[in-house]
Formats: sequence, structure tokens, C-alpha cells
Amino acid sequence: MERDAFVSGARDAVPMLLGIVPFGLVTGVASADAGLTLAQSLGLSAFVFAGASQLAALSLVEQGSAFLAVVATAVAVNLRMGVYSASIAPYFEEYAARWRALLAFLLIDEAYAISLATYRERDVDPRWYYVGVAGALWVVWQLAIATGVLVGADVPPSWGLDFAVPLVFLALLVPTIEGVPHAAAAVVAAAIAVYGAGWPFNAGLLVGALAGILTGFVVAGWRR
Amino acid sequence: MTTYDALTTWALIAAIAVPTFLVRFSFIGLLGRVGGVPDWAERALAFVPAAVLAALVVPDVVTLHATVAATLAQEKVVAGVVAAGVAYYTENVLATIAVGMAVLWTIRFGLPLAGVA
Repeated sequence: MERDAFVSGARDAVPMLLGIVPFGLVTGVASADAGLTLAQSLGLSAFVFAGASQLAALSLVEQGSAFLAVVATAVAVNLRMGVYSASIAPYFEEYAARWRALLAFLLIDEAYAISLATYRERDVDPRWYYVGVAGALWVVWQLAIATGVLVGADVPPSWGLDFAVPLVFLALLVPTIEGVPHAAAAVVAAAIAVYGAGWPFNAGLLVGALAGILTGFVVAGWRR
Repeated sequence: MTTYDALTTWALIAAIAVPTFLVRFSFIGLLGRVGGVPDWAERALAFVPAAVLAALVVPDVVTLHATVAATLAQEKVVAGVVAAGVAYYTENVLATIAVGMAVLWTIRFGLPLAGVA
């Protein structure tokens, strides 16, 4: 059961890998460009483990930004993970604190989206399934970063392989639209996020997501 | 080149990693201690996947242009709409990627969207 859940999670992460490998290569190249050594690049990717946040930090380091500005930006980009934490927490409630710490450490967009979609759909050991998904993503992310630092990214950008990431999220988004309140939540979230795509600190995503959740909640209240 | 020495770089990594972990651990860590979620919070959390995924994915597909027509006639928008249709009918991640990438590549390397840029 546990082993099956682990394998099933790792397998479900495979479509995501297609997208995160080019993303990791690009981040690895950015890391070398910012003057980080291989060990420092891997330290950043192993402990922070959040692509958008890493890229934001690296570009600011390369520009010679102040220490606190880099930290504030990189952390702000990750605030959306608080929402994931709240959403997935009920599935991890029964586990010991050190297990919950490990599961939280690995929490990223991809692991959250894949795991939650599966939990809602079929009966699976939540912990080992999640470790399968997030562990596979973590390992491949480090390999992609190391490759990017050492050999550079030779995938031609014109192939647009990074588009595989939004396509996976799209495939996970569509089944979550279960009715009018969910559709309203998605539309409001998307509209604000598109409009606020240029806002600092990735604020468009966070504000959009929160406004979407509130919209879904209110619309569901009207319809009851 | 970086103006950061080795020690500052490692301090920077720690200064980003620790708060990031605390954000991730917040509710996962807390819930075991305080017990279940209140009913209203549970109803609100039901909208997290739809709202967050939409906020995450749509800006990667759609960038605003001056007119509605120019906004819609982008290769990623066309590929995204087709892929959303595939996702709806098949509920299959690999099929969604395959069709979405095929449409993107067809437009980019084969049949450019004529007349709009």
C-alpha cells in the first residue's frame, strides 16, 4: 500500500518533469550568471525549492540588489504556499510533527496540485503518494539545476518546452470546476492575476487567488 | 557578477529558506495541534484549487494586448483553449500536454496566425 502509493505518486509527477526540466536548466544558468558556485546553487535549490522564487532572487543578486530586498522578494513570491498549506493540511493531520515538517518542506505548486487532485478522486495513502510526487520533483529539480550550472541550457527557447508547465496545471484546473461557484472563483482569480501579472512580489497571483476563494465562498452562500 | 561573498551568499540562502519553510509549515504544522478546521474555513478552502490554479496558469497563457482580438489571437491562448477542451473531455494530463504543445508548435513553426501580432 505504502510502496504502491509512492510509485503511483512518482509516476503521476512524470508529465510535470517535462516542464520543470527546462525551467531548472534556465534557473541553473541564471545561478551561474549570478556568480553562485555549484554548491551554492544546489544549496539554494535544495533548501528553498521554489523555481519562481529562486529565479527572482538570482536576478536581483546579479543586479547587485541589497540583501533585504532579495530576501523580501524571494519570500513574498512564496506566500501563496500558505494557501496550499491550509488546503492540504487536513490530509496530513494524523501524522507526527517531523513527518508534517518534511511534507511541508516539499510543498510546491506541482506537488500540491497533483496530490490534491488525486486525494479528491481516489483512495490513496496521502503521505507516501505525496512523497512520491514531491520527492521525484525535488530530485529532478536538483539534477536540472546542476546541469544548468555546469553545461548551460541548450534547449532552444523557441521550442517553448516551459509551456508544458501551464498545460499540466490546466489539466488539473479543469476538473476542479465543479459548478457555478467554482467557475466564478476561477474566473475572478484568473482575471486579477492576468491584470496584475506585472505587479511586484508576484502579488497578482496572491491577490487573485484570495479574491477567487472569497468569490467562490460568497457565490456558494447566495445559492444555498 | 555577484557582489556577494561566500558567507553572505549562504546567509542569503538561509534567510530565504527559513521563512519559506515557515510559510509552507504554517497550517500543516498548526492543524495537528489545534484540531480540525472550522466549518466556514472548510467551505472556503474548497475553492482553493480552482482559484489558485486559475491564478497560476492563466497569466502564463494570456498576456493583455490593446484589443480583445489581439489578446485572443496569441499562439499560447489558442493552444491553451484547445488544451482546456482536451482536458475537459479526456481528463488526461499527457493528452493535454501533447495536444497543447502540438498546437503551439503548429502555429509557431507551421501555420502562423495570419494578420495579427
